[in-house]
Amino acid sequence: MQKRRIGFAAALLTATMLTGAAPALADGTVKVGVLQSLTGTMAISEVPLEGAELLAIDEINAKGGVLGKTIVPVEEDGASDPSTFAQKATKLIEEDKVVTVFGGWTSSSRKAMLPVFQRFHNLLWYPVQFEGNECSPNIMYSGAQPNQQALPALTWAEQKGYKKIFLLGSDYVYPRTANLILKKHITHDGLTLSGEEYVPLGGTDFSSIIAEIQQAKPDIIINTLNGDSNVSFFKQMAAAGMTPDKLPVMSFSIAEPEAKAMGPSLLAGSYTSWNYFQSLPGDENAAFVSAFKAKFGADSVVDDPMVHGYEDVYQWAAAVKKAGSFDPTKVRDAAVALGFSPSPLGSVKFADNQSMVQTGYIGELQPDGQFKVIWSSTGPIEPQPYDPLAFPGKSCKLH
Amino acid sequence: MGETAFLVGQVFNGFSVASLFVLAALGLALSFGLMRVINMAHGEMLMLGGYLAYLTLQVVPGPLGILVAMPVAFAGTALLGAVLEWGVIHRLSARPLDTLLATWGASLILQQAARNLFGAIGVEVTAPSWLDHTISIHSGPLSGLDLPDTRIFILLVAALVLAGIALLLNKTRLGLYVRAVNQDRATAAAMGVNARLIDLLVFSLGTGVAGLAGVILALLGPVTPTVGQSYIVPAFLVVILGGLGSLVGTTIASIMVGLFTALVEIFVDVSVAQVLLLLFVILFIQIRPQGVITVRTRALEG
Repeated sequence: MQKRRIGFAAALLTATMLTGAAPALADGTVKVGVLQSLTGTMAISEVPLEGAELLAIDEINAKGGVLGKTIVPVEEDGASDPSTFAQKATKLIEEDKVVTVFGGWTSSSRKAMLPVFQRFHNLLWYPVQFEGNECSPNIMYSGAQPNQQALPALTWAEQKGYKKIFLLGSDYVYPRTANLILKKHITHDGLTLSGEEYVPLGGTDFSSIIAEIQQAKPDIIINTLNGDSNVSFFKQMAAAGMTPDKLPVMSFSIAEPEAKAMGPSLLAGSYTSWNYFQSLPGDENAAFVSAFKAKFGADSVVDDPMVHGYEDVYQWAAAVKKAGSFDPTKVRDAAVALGFSPSPLGSVKFADNQSMVQTGYIGELQPDGQFKVIWSSTGPIEPQPYDPLAFPGKSCKLH
Repeated sequence: MGETAFLVGQVFNGFSVASLFVLAALGLALSFGLMRVINMAHGEMLMLGGYLAYLTLQVVPGPLGILVAMPVAFAGTALLGAVLEWGVIHRLSARPLDTLLATWGASLILQQAARNLFGAIGVEVTAPSWLDHTISIHSGPLSGLDLPDTRIFILLVAALVLAGIALLLNKTRLGLYVRAVNQDRATAAAMGVNARLIDLLVFSLGTGVAGLAGVILALLGPVTPTVGQSYIVPAFLVVILGGLGSLVGTTIASIMVGLFTALVEIFVDVSVAQVLLLLFVILFIQIRPQGVITVRTRALEG
């Protein structure tokens, strides 16, 4: 028994040494990190996102890779825990020598990884809409800034004639910051804030908040609840007789997979604001959706963060080609110089502040679980990491 | 909506929340009262109840599905509870800390099993259409008050379950045995009560009630692998506040917690209300460490 254990340990050691030596041996490959939560509460969203990132890598490899090298994704599990994200990012850069990393979802995971990418002068591609108010040369922010998701929603509501607005969110940084910005614009545009409420993350009881909504009688609710709290909120609203057709709800964190999971019947008629819907027209989107379904099953759905993760890989590959190098500093310079290119979410590019220039869309949820695009911004919106009303005098200049 | 209507509405909401807490906490109180076992997998029994409701609704769609789901979920989780008690808990009964760890392990296994079987994203359970209505009052001082049918239904279920368990414990021979074992295990066993069997039955009953609660919770909340976690903390809170192991105490404590949050939430937001609730419980336990109801048992003295 003792002998076998030693034998096993020796085999393990040899295996580790072999893997450690791999980058030097294999000239035809380049390693990139893919760092999402494969376990824990965020796995529900991040596992499909990782699927989209790996799909893009597969597709690029099938066409010959980048600069003649096959991309080898090194997958790590952030485990829905910010400090694990930081630890795994360090491991990917230091031990695996990855040239860039695709990953992150929550703002806390991004904030935890930021110092790691700055210290090692590496580059993180972050695919999720967020609260802005951050500007790092070591992150490419492809998800929406507040002025590409929250503000288009407000513009749309104004155009629809909704004047009394009720803000409801989970109690953490994104809803608080998004609502701070929304409140500035509500006052600025002469609308009325009829209430503002927060529940702890994962909160399940909305009876008091619903009573408050019944008293405030808003024209629309802008909802920044996260995750399962949405199911509780919509079920309890329905039980109280306030279905989305009677009191419109505009949600920022419900996309196709959430709609599918919560049951479209519960949410039908409610609105969301994103930079991508699965139902968008265009050849690039049709190709992406059918490739995704071919890999993950005909009943799988795609959403905004997934398509951003997918597009990030393509933008990285294009930037590497333009730079003629995998060096993160050269790649980020090349990425903002690429100019508009077609993508599943329409024509996009990275602006000088390393955020994505993209169109804002409003979708109405249909009974089949898909969104019907009912409004879009006039052309792609320039990203603003610092809202001029909420954070006056701050700007983001990176190039 | 007038001030009175709003206040009455909040009191109703308080009782509605209390009914959820009492259903979620009853099983914990039962198993702790009898066996001094803190079952960390209790939340997963709620979760399992939700999934059993989902499966039942696949087989029996239509308006009566939810009524069929309740006994199915009760039986299913009671059976799993029996397996857990027989396989794990009773083998560790002399080591309470080990039971804590083992049941926590069981909870992780159950969560992952649900994730593997049904996916990390939740499943859909919607209230039947006969629960879609609200009772609205349009005139008088309570004008504008809306009482959703779903919440009234849940209050009724909670009341029936409580009444059922009270009858079982106070009016049947089995209940007599349970009370006997609860008061003094050794003497009860000496009188010929099969304490081992009583443990098994009470534990299964507790998990069965949790499964039933899971069906009810699915009407108002999500059904996901981790849903049990969001109810387990309030459930423990209620059990501690109520006086460990006392059913009457658990009920009173649920109502206290429900009313406290509903009324405090008139003035502050939900996050702050949670903080105030915890402060209230800490203060209460300082003044009355034994909880609302004092449980007289040799087991706690020993």
